[in-house]
Amino acid sequence: MPLTHVSNTPAAPTAADPSRAESREPVITLEHVVKRFGSYLAVQEAHFAIGRGEFFSMLGPSGCGKTTTLRMIAGFEQPTEGRIVLDGKDVSRVPPYRRNVNTVFQHYALFPHMSVADNVAFGPRSQKVGAEETSRRVDQLLTVVKLAQFADRKPGQLSGGQQQRVALARALANYPQALLLDEPLGALDLKLRQAMQIELKRIQREVGITFIYVTHDQEEALTMSDRIAVMNEGRVEQIGTPQEIYHSPASVFVANFIGVANLIPAVVEHANGTDATVVVAGSRRMAVPAGAWPPRPGAAATVMVRPERLRLTSQAPADGRGVPVTVEHAVFQGPVVRCTLRAADGTGIVAHVGPEQSLPALEPGLPLWIGWDLDAGRLLPPDTVGADAQPFVKADLRHTMGRASLPRL
Amino acid sequence: MAGTASGGSRRSRLAPYLLVAPGILWLLVFFVVPTLTLAQTSVTGTEGPWWEAYHRALSNYGTHFFRSLRYALGATLLSLAMGYPLAYFIAFRAGSLKNMLLGLVVLPFFTTFLVRTFAWKTILNDGGPAVWLLKQLHILGEGGRLLDTTIAVVGGLTYNFLPFMILPIYVSLEKIDRRLVEAAEDLYSTPMGAFRKVVLPLSLPGVFAGSLLTFIPATGDFINAQLLGSPNQQMIGTVIQNQFLEVRDYPLAASLSFVLMAVITVGVLAYARVLGTEELA
Repeated sequence: MPLTHVSNTPAAPTAADPSRAESREPVITLEHVVKRFGSYLAVQEAHFAIGRGEFFSMLGPSGCGKTTTLRMIAGFEQPTEGRIVLDGKDVSRVPPYRRNVNTVFQHYALFPHMSVADNVAFGPRSQKVGAEETSRRVDQLLTVVKLAQFADRKPGQLSGGQQQRVALARALANYPQALLLDEPLGALDLKLRQAMQIELKRIQREVGITFIYVTHDQEEALTMSDRIAVMNEGRVEQIGTPQEIYHSPASVFVANFIGVANLIPAVVEHANGTDATVVVAGSRRMAVPAGAWPPRPGAAATVMVRPERLRLTSQAPADGRGVPVTVEHAVFQGPVVRCTLRAADGTGIVAHVGPEQSLPALEPGLPLWIGWDLDAGRLLPPDTVGADAQPFVKADLRHTMGRASLPRL
Repeated sequence: MAGTASGGSRRSRLAPYLLVAPGILWLLVFFVVPTLTLAQTSVTGTEGPWWEAYHRALSNYGTHFFRSLRYALGATLLSLAMGYPLAYFIAFRAGSLKNMLLGLVVLPFFTTFLVRTFAWKTILNDGGPAVWLLKQLHILGEGGRLLDTTIAVVGGLTYNFLPFMILPIYVSLEKIDRRLVEAAEDLYSTPMGAFRKVVLPLSLPGVFAGSLLTFIPATGDFINAQLLGSPNQQMIGTVIQNQFLEVRDYPLAASLSFVLMAVITVGVLAYARVLGTEELA
């Protein structure tokens, strides 16, 4: 199977980065990479390519294998199986000091006995870049991270956010082919973290280097990434743009991990290539796009709908495509009212009700109907907790990478 | 009421002083007072002027001072050469054996210093195994000896003070964040370069502490020279001990002690300057 990073379908250009749809040559390719620690399978079948200049995130809960994958790209770990190709060369067995990638460590790992300038100069000096060029790069990168006036300080004299930026400058001073970031904002407080997200994105655009970013924070990944790989238990569950991941999750895990998702148990009644009719809440027929998962009639499935895509009405919808529910409680949250509902079969549902929906006062016990537009629903394999829920991701990676994102923002 | 409140705050203000009081008291009674007494002894009780004892100490025992410094320096360098790699291995490579190896380093302390040095006397004896082996290997000539040589005394000092070198170096290495080594290798340093540029500089406080803990007591040591050396290897500690306990020339013994203290202080300050250890200098 040819491994290209770019989708063959023109993905929806996004406001955040319209250049994303352009084809990018891959700078790093992971080919069937497996990593075992003893009998523990840390990473299974990581198989994807990262394009030049891309901001690529690996997102998942702790223990999902994202950091191990990053450490394999950095060279601190070697894959048990498979290859890692950097700029066309197999680097699977190349030690970190001979790979042109650099890491920003989670706790910065700045050299405490050296000044900020010496920290930044460390890589160029190790590579024997020459004194003049080294000091030019130190000046340049300390300017990029806005720390030029702190060049002579020791790392211990800087705040967490400043240390973070020194770590960034130190890694970038080597002009790497890719910058690897291991939860770099994890140690910062919320405000600083949000400021640094914007800052990181600015720096990435400015230097034009591929960023591979590991995080467990979905908001962080959505804010900064061109593409996100969502990982779970050592597997890549889905790779896509933030929009694809949010609107068209490939699995229940992804749907749950990113944002809030309503996961409604359903039975497939009828499916053609593009659309499917499912039965939810015992008897209600709803239409959903068939998605990537090829459902068989009679199969159990899950329908995913985001809370903001649910339409609430007092009467049954005219087309009959609706599910009766009862209000359990409603909380005013400013822009929306967060409304907890329950269907007749006990399924809990959360809806974000905007001011445009004219409804009676949302008192507990109020009977309502929910419905959604065809493209708001996603048909997913059933939620089999703990089991191998997503065999198709492994089977056809190209499909996952290349799927067009259906819904709009 | 107000009295109680201010009483409480007064107590909390006094707390740090109360905590250090036992230590201060101990040092006053067992260090400051004896040192002052010794200082007084060194300048009184002689026929000549007050510095008479110092004059004798400096003019008659210069060789002993220099020999002591030489031996202590030799023992310190040998301990460093053996102790650093061992400490490095225990801190970075020993894995689950770490605690056992540290235990082995400390194990000799379960037997007294004196008995262990006597044991070396037996091992290094003319008819002992060490001499026999070295003669078999033709390293030592027919009449060659180990006992009563410089090698025996410096070896004994090294043996006795090696753990004081290993432990501080181990602690300073153990403290080093392993990710710094990864960072150095990520930034194109070879493992050797990472050691030289990151691990070694960060372990210098341990090297400094270990060197002091070895050098200072080794300079004043008298047991090793007495048991493993001849009068030709006599160190200043032996002289001081003799003057106090055998000759009973207290002013001379006291002044020798002060000269030794002064020499060591100057040496330590110079060493601290060279190593750039801010905390101790």
